Order: sequence, then C-alpha cells, then structure tokens
Amino acid sequence: MSFYNEYLKYKGLNLDDVFKRANDNDVRRVLAKDSLEWEDFLILLSPVATKHLEEMAQRANKETIQNFGRVIFLYAPLYLSDHCVNQCAYCGFNVKNKFKRKKLNIEEIRREGEAIAKKGIKHLLILTGESRKHSPVSYIKEAVEALKDYFSSIDIEIYPLYKGEYEELIEAGVDGLTIYQEVYNEEIYDQVHITGPKKDYRYRLDAPERGAKAGMRRINIGPLFGLDDWRKEAFFSAIHTQYLQKNYLDLELALSLPRLRPHLGSFQPKSIVSDRDLVQIILAYRLFLPRVGISLSTREGENLRDNLLPLGITKLSAESSTAVGGYTQKDSTDQFAISDGRSLKEIKKLLLEKGYQPILQDWHRI
Amino acid sequence: MKKDSLVIGGVKLESRLLTGTGKFPRKDIIKDTIEASGSQVVTMALRRVDFDSPKENILNYIPKGCILLPNTSGARTAEEAVRIARIAKAAGCGNWIKIEVISDNKYLMPDNQETIKATEILAKEGFVVLPYVSPDLMVAKRLEEVGAGAVMPLGAPIGSNRGLKTKEMIRILIDEIEVPIIVDAGIGKPSQAAEAMEMGADAVLVNTAIATAQDPIGMGRAFAKAVQAGRMGYLAGSGPVRDYAKASSPLTGFLEGIES
Repeated sequence: MSFYNEYLKYKGLNLDDVFKRANDNDVRRVLAKDSLEWEDFLILLSPVATKHLEEMAQRANKETIQNFGRVIFLYAPLYLSDHCVNQCAYCGFNVKNKFKRKKLNIEEIRREGEAIAKKGIKHLLILTGESRKHSPVSYIKEAVEALKDYFSSIDIEIYPLYKGEYEELIEAGVDGLTIYQEVYNEEIYDQVHITGPKKDYRYRLDAPERGAKAGMRRINIGPLFGLDDWRKEAFFSAIHTQYLQKNYLDLELALSLPRLRPHLGSFQPKSIVSDRDLVQIILAYRLFLPRVGISLSTREGENLRDNLLPLGITKLSAESSTAVGGYTQKDSTDQFAISDGRSLKEIKKLLLEKGYQPILQDWHRI
Repeated sequence: MKKDSLVIGGVKLESRLLTGTGKFPRKDIIKDTIEASGSQVVTMALRRVDFDSPKENILNYIPKGCILLPNTSGARTAEEAVRIARIAKAAGCGNWIKIEVISDNKYLMPDNQETIKATEILAKEGFVVLPYVSPDLMVAKRLEEVGAGAVMPLGAPIGSNRGLKTKEMIRILIDEIEVPIIVDAGIGKPSQAAEAMEMGADAVLVNTAIATAQDPIGMGRAFAKAVQAGRMGYLAGSGPVRDYAKASSPLTGFLEGIES
C-alpha cells in the first residue's frame, strides 16, 4: 500500500481543464454541500472560486471554531545542524552553497532547548539537514533525550527514515513527524532535486506513511508552494492527507503552506502564490478537510499572518529562529528569511486580542 | 414526585450540568462561565494541563469546590488511557476520570472496546470512572459490570452541535442501565439539553456549545436553566404524546353498539 498508487490515479486527470471549466454554479453547489468529495475540492481551487472567497471564508471560520475551538497552538523550531548532502535547487542549505556549516553538540542543544523553554514554549520541532554522516539517527536520538526534560512534546522535521528508525525515535520521546514532499509533480521533483538521496521521490512520498506505521501521533505534511502550479500541488497534498486520514485513523494530521522565498542562490519560483491565492488554498483545505490542522510558519509577514488566522489556521510557530544555534549564538545563517519577528509574548497578546486562546501545552509524554 | 438526587462516586450533586474547559477564547473567562452554569463537575484534557506555570495552568481557572474530571483525550488505546489517568491522579487531580479512547481523528468516535478495558482497570484501582462511549446497550452493561461510575453516551459526534441524533439508543440506556446516564457530546443548544433531560437522562456534559458561543457566560447560564427545566419536566411526568389526532370517527366505535 502506498500513496503513490493514488498519485498515479489522479495524475492522469487533466486538471487544467477541470480548473478552466469550473463555473459559478459549480462553486455554489459545492458550498451548499455538507461534506466534500475530491471533485468538489478541485472546484474550490479553481480560478472561478476566487469570486466566492468571502463565502468560503465565513464557512471556513465557522468550521474551524467548531472543530478546534477558539484556540491556536504554538510551537517553536530548533535547528540542530545545517549540514546537507542534497542539491535542491530552491534551498539555502543546498550542498553547493558555500557557507560555514554548523552542527550543535549535545551541550549546545541542551542550552538552546533551555533558552527556548524559558520563553514558555512546550512543543518543540527539531530540524536537521540531510546528512547521515553529520546528523545520523543516533545523534538525533541523543538530542531528543537531552531535550525531552524541557518540553512536553517533540516533533521532528528531518530527512526521511526507515520505519524502524522512526520507531527508535518515538521510543526516545518523539511524538510527531513533519515532512514536506516539496513538490508532488514527479517530473519537477526530479528536476529540482539535482543530486543527493532526496532524489528518490517515492522514498520521500512514503515517509509519512512509514511514520504512521511506526506509531507517530501527529503528522504534518505539505508541498513547497512555488515549485509547480499551486492549484495542483494543493490538490495532491490534500489528497495525500486524506489518504493518511483514511488509512491511519488515529493520526492527528496537519497541512503546512510554505511558499518559496528569496534565499542564497538564484532559484526563482515557477508559480507565484499571491496572498489571495494563499487565502484560497487555506479555505479550500479547511472546507475539504474540516478535521485537519493547518499550520502557518514564520515565513509569512505579521499583517498577513494575523489576517489569515480566522480562516482556518490552527497552529503557529512562534519565537522562530531558522539558524543553527540561533537562540543562543550570534552569526548564524538562516535557511530562509523570516518575516514575522515577534516574540512569543507579543504573539500571545495578539491572539488574545483577536479572540484566540494561545495553547502551549497540548500533550504529556505518557 | 420521584426522589431526585444525582449521586456519582458517592458524591451527591445538585447540578446536572457538567461542563468542559476546552475551546474557550481565553482562560480568564472560564471561571465566570462555570460559575454561571452552576456546574459542579468540570472536565479538562490532562494533555492541556500545564503543571509548570500557574498562569497557564487551566486548573487555576476552575472555581474552588468543583470536582475535577480530567479526561484522557489523546489516548489511542486502553493502555494509554490508563497511563494518562494515573498521571492525573499523581498530579493531584483527584480520583475522577473521564475515559476518552479515540482512535479515529476524523469523526472522533470513541473506541468502545478499549474504553471497557480501561474502565475495568481504573475502577479496580479506585477511580470514579466515567467512560465516554457510542450508545450501545451491551457496551453500557459491560461498563456497569466492570465498575463505571456513570455511562456517558454521545448524542452526536463531539463538537458537532448536532443535538440528540442517537436519541433512541440513549433512551434504551436510560431504561436499562442502573448507573447514571450522562449525555456527552453533540449537544449544541440549550433546547437540546432540555430534550435529553426531559427524556430521563441523569445529566448532560456540554463544552463546545458554551465555549464557542459569542457570550460563553450567557450561554452557560442558559444551559443551567435548560437542564433544570428539562429535569423538572421529566419529574413532573409529561403527558402522552400522540402523533395522530384523536379521530372524530373512531374505527372501533361499532363495538359499542355490539356490546351493549
């Protein structure tokens, strides 16, 4: 069993044609339905649906409050190492980019963890570049063991692992897995992943499923918007989520919406996702998958981020540094430029003002 | 009039409205809302209780004197529910526990079999166990047998505000089960709470409908009255309900002529 078979089923569809042919009546019919099929979801992603964004937003807001309450979950990322053997055309950590790479030792990891925990963060996401030499599973495991006293829950966003390795990390104290396919279009995937183990499309595509089989509680997936037509990528990522939801009932699933941003190197996005497009994606996700979390990262600016909140967002990263050692050390290189530089205190205050309770604590290791 | 007291785990309760602490727009409104609702038993997800920070700790927003009913939200198996219950007890949340074993995150349907297992273990350990289940007579009987303090059937999926969709199944539990029946989940409006009470439920648990209302305090108060009204209606004994009018030309009127 693999999502790849599903991907192949939908790959043959002429999605451009579906998007082009959708009309106002289709959108109205979809919005009158209780629960949506994948065909309905395509209608909501189509250009004509942009005329119905307000109506979609009203329903999305209502469904989000009903399913998740007037609350937003907060977490923070911790970068362990930016050593990477992949050559991904769009990424600042690309093996070909020359900058001083850094890897935290266990003592430094503990210090960073302590600094983050002091701010009040309870949920931590740890990240590394892909290098089995510099950041092997044993190193990540040690990091988790060093950090778990400071946090009530730890997620990983690292290179794809085998099922047994995920099990090992769960045993060490990991609860959740974040892994982005980057681009679902298999041909483009092959073009933008020039060299390195990441070239293996299927191994990455099946990683969330291996994580689910290993017993992860939470899985967060998503495309990197900008690498292919965003409408198609939004479609495949949601279908992927639905596949996991159907096959692994107990998973808490979430989708993320990273957009390509400027970084070291010269790669330019193929498809530009405007703010309006981003709104449409969030709304379509929410209406199609009412029980799935939607996570917004620090990559978006303050003003936009605040306005996106009521549309279906359930999770925000706060106090984010995307540099290795960024919480305790100076002179670090960021993976990407961050737009929202506010502190946790400010974000909490803002959420309360907007009518949302900030939730920091959402799990006890059992 | 029937004797009217609700006793769970040896505790006599005045209020038949249990409330929750999830989904509120801010913590500082929770206390006033619970007070307005008159609720004496308050549930909270143990996963959300931050024991390290007095400001963040949800327990500090629950009025003094309320019975804490930690729930095992997040448990996927009986074993996990049992572990969460033990953590709650060790952390000083008392010995009441609401079992939520949910292995389906789309509809949030409870896993009845795992719930029975967890109930049995925890009841033996001295917990007052309130299991959240899909309404099923045999499951409720088993729960009673293994020592549940009450049975909490869902009216509709959690958070759906759809009302008493499982009414006929709950009615059977009310008739056949000795321990209190508390309708949990799905109640979206005060009128639906009244409906559950009117048909003889011992209590209701309401969270989403209160927490996500425009005015949670006002909604808490409204639910308090609805629950009382429904209970009073039940005790007063509703008249029989006919779904047909009394026929003006009775079909059996001829019998009177024959028999006289």
